[in-house]
Amino acid sequence: MSEAKNVLRLEHITMQFGGVVAVDDLSMEINEGEIVALIGPNGAGKTTAFNAITGVYEPTNGQVYFLGEPVVRNHPQGKMKKQYKGAEAEKYVHETVLNPTPDKLTALGMARTFQNIRLWRTQTVFDNVLIAKHMLRTSNVFSATFRVNRAEEKRQRAEVLELLKIVGLEDVKDELATSLPYGKQRRLEIARALATNPKLLMLDEPAAGMNPQETDELTAFIGRIRSEFGVTILLIEHHMDLVMDISDRIYVIDFGKLIAHGTPEQIQNDQRVIDAYLGVEDDA
Amino acid sequence: MKKTNRETIITAAVLLVVLIGAFALDAALPSYHIAIKVVKKACVYSLVAVSMNLLNGFTGLFSLGQAGFMLLGAYSYAVLCIPVAKRAGVYQYFDGGLVQFSLPEIFSGVLGGTVGPVVGMLCALLVGGLIAALCAYLIGLPVLRLKSDYLAIATLGFAEILRAFFQWNALGPLTNGSNLLKNYPDLGGAAAYVILVGLFIAVILLLVNSTYGRAFMAIRDDEVAAEAMGINLAHHKRLAFIISSFFAGIGGGMLAMYMGTVQALSFKSAMTYEILLIVVMGGIGSITGSVLTSFLYIASLEWLLRGLDSGTFLGISSPIFKNGFRMAIVSVIIMVVVLFFRKGIMGDRELPDLFRKKAKKEEVSGNE
Repeated sequence: MSEAKNVLRLEHITMQFGGVVAVDDLSMEINEGEIVALIGPNGAGKTTAFNAITGVYEPTNGQVYFLGEPVVRNHPQGKMKKQYKGAEAEKYVHETVLNPTPDKLTALGMARTFQNIRLWRTQTVFDNVLIAKHMLRTSNVFSATFRVNRAEEKRQRAEVLELLKIVGLEDVKDELATSLPYGKQRRLEIARALATNPKLLMLDEPAAGMNPQETDELTAFIGRIRSEFGVTILLIEHHMDLVMDISDRIYVIDFGKLIAHGTPEQIQNDQRVIDAYLGVEDDA
Repeated sequence: MKKTNRETIITAAVLLVVLIGAFALDAALPSYHIAIKVVKKACVYSLVAVSMNLLNGFTGLFSLGQAGFMLLGAYSYAVLCIPVAKRAGVYQYFDGGLVQFSLPEIFSGVLGGTVGPVVGMLCALLVGGLIAALCAYLIGLPVLRLKSDYLAIATLGFAEILRAFFQWNALGPLTNGSNLLKNYPDLGGAAAYVILVGLFIAVILLLVNSTYGRAFMAIRDDEVAAEAMGINLAHHKRLAFIISSFFAGIGGGMLAMYMGTVQALSFKSAMTYEILLIVVMGGIGSITGSVLTSFLYIASLEWLLRGLDSGTFLGISSPIFKNGFRMAIVSVIIMVVVLFFRKGIMGDRELPDLFRKKAKKEEVSGNE
């Protein structure tokens, strides 16, 4: 298999809370330039998987590769050694545990949005995006305070303005972020993530709470982002129209387990997926 | 976009008037006059309140260690500035003390008698700030893992421990135990305080408006989002804590200058609460608010409301105007302020915002 083309690869990711296995032995790959969707019924473990990848949680077991390098790795430790119910318990025992904080992963080029919008509420639209540029600074606290970094600051401000133009938020740049309508807040969250110059953009239910028209706009918007910024996109979503429209490949999980993966057509016709979403009659 | 606009000019004018006013006070009144004392003390409190606001208001870390860091700054300043000839008298129970030099004297040897002492005193202030900052770094290692109330309790505990520690007899040769440190020089009159504090606050203002200041505010608004956007929480929280403590240390040094004597006993947690009160009443996240409230608070407490304690206030004599009545009135004023200005006197606005025309909204963000 070609390591270089993988942007993200999960190996045996398991997330267990006490006795509950929220994500069970999840393995997936995302290649450069793809839009991949992770779907599943409510409570299937999608957001948990997301959090385990982005460093919010420490996975109980498994490994995450980003751009060919292992970035997250863990094996069951302490009490979890006995409680562990997932697969491959022994596989990573002899390797070093990697457990970076989310900011370290973002610095590598993994940016995300949140299911429940998390904008900085006291900041303007412009500043919300500008703060995301903080990560890319070369200044230290002294050079920033005494304005030695004037050139960098100016360049970043120009970049932010450019980005806001592309995403169509330029006219509201001085408004408070939280005063925007819902659809625009979503858009701003995506713009903020893009400001960190990511290679992989991870969207956690970007269409949550949107009406069909807003969803259509968002679908077009995500497609446009991929072509203009050349990012790879992983999204979690409930809106099937959106998922089927823009995804190159889809992974389906249910009760934490991967039950299917393939192209939208394959997924639409997969009996296990249909069962998971619609339920199966258990007649004897 | 024009860089100099109306509100900047008015703000500059206001600051200039304040400075000229301070010089005028110095020229017109003797240095022991209450007005000058009030200006000096209010300046010191402004600096400490702004430093606390940087941490509590801008970074969202609820810390109550300010008195502890001020104590470090105050002792550093006093220990480094007592003239060598007077050390035997000050440290009479500890054989003249451990430190046998005085920064103002060393610098006046090098730079002459007029500039030297001032440079020496400023150096002593900076050393105090640096010691406070170093201490903040060490305390921050374990303590900054805590959040909100727990952080407040831990820092409060630290400040109390430090106060007890400085009164310990074994440290006597350095801190003079529980005795006073005195006889060290003061920097000057009201104008000197205004200029010095103005400079330090200007630095904080620059920091707050820099990329780091914005990162601090992002942490305050939403920690999870800040971390997801690549802001290293541990690093930035530590940075805010250290910088805030640095300026609190300098503020402590200036308080020592102002008071003329230093004793660990006076850096109680009540002092932290006083400053917290100023920060909250001024507006959490407003530097102007902290400064303005410091002046109002100190002026009314030390001067304007004195009459309430001594029998005659605004020409009215009453038997209820006796000791302690002033504090009752202050409490009522505070309650009224809190009720009617829920976000503090200034909210999160700054001085230029007051002079900005309401309707004008365009071209605000591009102020670099």
